Amino acid sequence: MNLFSLVWNYLKAKPFNTILNIFLLALGIAVITILLLFNNQLQQKITENSKGIDLVIGAKGSPLQLILCNIFHVDFPTGNIKLNEAERFAKHRLVKKAIPLALGDSYKNFRIVGTNQDYTDLYGSELEQGIWWKEDLDVVAGAGVAEALGLEIGDKFASSHGLTTDGSDHDNAMYVVKGILKRKGNVLDNLLFTNIASVWKVHHAHEEDRKEHATDSIADPSPIVPSVSRGDSTKEITSLLIQYRNPIAALQLPRIINGQSNMQAASPAFETARLFSILGVGVDVLMGFAYVLIFISGLSIFIALYNSLKERQYDLAIMRTMGASRSKLFISIVMEGGALTFIGSVFGILLGHAVLFVFTQLVDASEKTGVSAFVFYKEELFILLGSVALGKICSLIPAWQAYRTDIHKVLAGS
Amino acid sequence: MLVMIRVSDLSYSYTAGHRVKFSDFTIDKGAHWLLLGESGSGKTTLLHLLGGLLKSQQGIIEVKGTDITKLTESNLDRFRGKHYGFIFQRNHLISALCVKKNLLMAPFLAGLDQDDERVEKVLSQLGLDQKENSKINELSYGQAQRVAIARAVINKPSLILADEPTSALDDKNCDKVIDLLLEVASQNNATLVVATHDQRLKSKIKNQIQL
Repeated sequence: MNLFSLVWNYLKAKPFNTILNIFLLALGIAVITILLLFNNQLQQKITENSKGIDLVIGAKGSPLQLILCNIFHVDFPTGNIKLNEAERFAKHRLVKKAIPLALGDSYKNFRIVGTNQDYTDLYGSELEQGIWWKEDLDVVAGAGVAEALGLEIGDKFASSHGLTTDGSDHDNAMYVVKGILKRKGNVLDNLLFTNIASVWKVHHAHEEDRKEHATDSIADPSPIVPSVSRGDSTKEITSLLIQYRNPIAALQLPRIINGQSNMQAASPAFETARLFSILGVGVDVLMGFAYVLIFISGLSIFIALYNSLKERQYDLAIMRTMGASRSKLFISIVMEGGALTFIGSVFGILLGHAVLFVFTQLVDASEKTGVSAFVFYKEELFILLGSVALGKICSLIPAWQAYRTDIHKVLAGS
Repeated sequence: MLVMIRVSDLSYSYTAGHRVKFSDFTIDKGAHWLLLGESGSGKTTLLHLLGGLLKSQQGIIEVKGTDITKLTESNLDRFRGKHYGFIFQRNHLISALCVKKNLLMAPFLAGLDQDDERVEKVLSQLGLDQKENSKINELSYGQAQRVAIARAVINKPSLILADEPTSALDDKNCDKVIDLLLEVASQNNATLVVATHDQRLKSKIKNQIQL
């Protein structure tokens, strides 16, 4: 016999009560765990995906849409900007680096991004196999795309307009897969990369069969797309990702762009913070719900212990006659509350991970967000410790009653 | 003969105000005594005082040479666990635990070694060999009472205090239980003090204190 065995036997003696209490707490803890996992991973992914990008310049519209489209690749472009206008800022004294993006086409729901290698370098991407895109219509596929579509080096495909499979196909120009990226767990896994000229080519070929100039024949190439001349007024791109040269840029550049051009500038940090504050309302409601569940389970544990103590006053008195000290009885009751919430929270944390696992298996979109059920955070340890503390607090009053048991009155009262 | 209990100048004040004075007595080691008295005569009070279950009295209660009225509460708990065995009218077994664990609670709470062999021995002495893992609510009343007696003697106490162990029993079972108690007490060299109003016990135990 020991205290653990005693506590465990008391819990086992009332299985329905015990299960109800454990279940109530586990539900609350599971909700908190899911929110924790989801929120943390989403924030982490968002930070990872927007790392190194201080500003996005694109067509006027919703700044949030601009960020969602050009950094997370989940929304549609706000429109196009003229290449010659973008050039003005690509070589601005406040800009360290400017990466152009040309979006709008896709292959089987996976977005084709016209850009240069600065973009993949920004995320530290490496090739799993093949070579980087060099010539027009060369494509490098993200690991996720290659896996999902079974793409291999040398495969050819036609892109379609927009982000759907039923969009009109640009079947007059075929892309060729030249390389496949290593999996990095970021947004690049689910993209296809080519150069900007290819995106233009596909579109122009669609409209008119115009010959492109050879790169070496251009005397004054554009700083953004070297294959065309500087100041080309017909070419358009979707956006420009900007890295600031210095902190002053953060103050001046957005104002210059928003005030002195017909483009807009949006800050990923600011817009994602705004997004989270919008999402935050929903998260807060769920959190509140979870805390209500936990409060009720705490109350339920308190009531269960308090009531069972009335039935157990003879047990307690008898234990005292066998030499148990007051404090031993106190500890045994507190341990009972702690054991209940410990089991409940372990069960709840596991339940949270299990629910998230089922969710990631059932919902395809969750793969794109990169949320995994098999990540553990140290906050979960705090949840565990907090729950045990809750159990102990809820059992303090019953334990105090056990402590004060008057052996003589209980035994003589029968 | 060694003295097990020596009581002198003992009195107890109830909260209601009235006061019981107990006459002085001594009980020798290994002896069997009856505390006889009607309900309300104070025999349970005296038994609880002897057992250290009740404090705030005046006078001296010496058990094995120790004045238990002078012990601190935690020392008294330890003293009780080591030297006493209690049997009550209702058996008060812990129903969440099986028979064996009920018995092991006694050495556990007294801070003594938990000896499985001792459990088996005591259970077989009381004819409960097959009941080691039974649940308490599967036992008959008689079996439960024997488990309670087993629990009282498992630590080999020097003193067994029994409060009305037979008053709820018919004549046949009354005989059985008191014989068993006397036998077990003798086997374990324990002093036995039984508080009761049950006149049937008068013929079984010669030493009597009338309250």
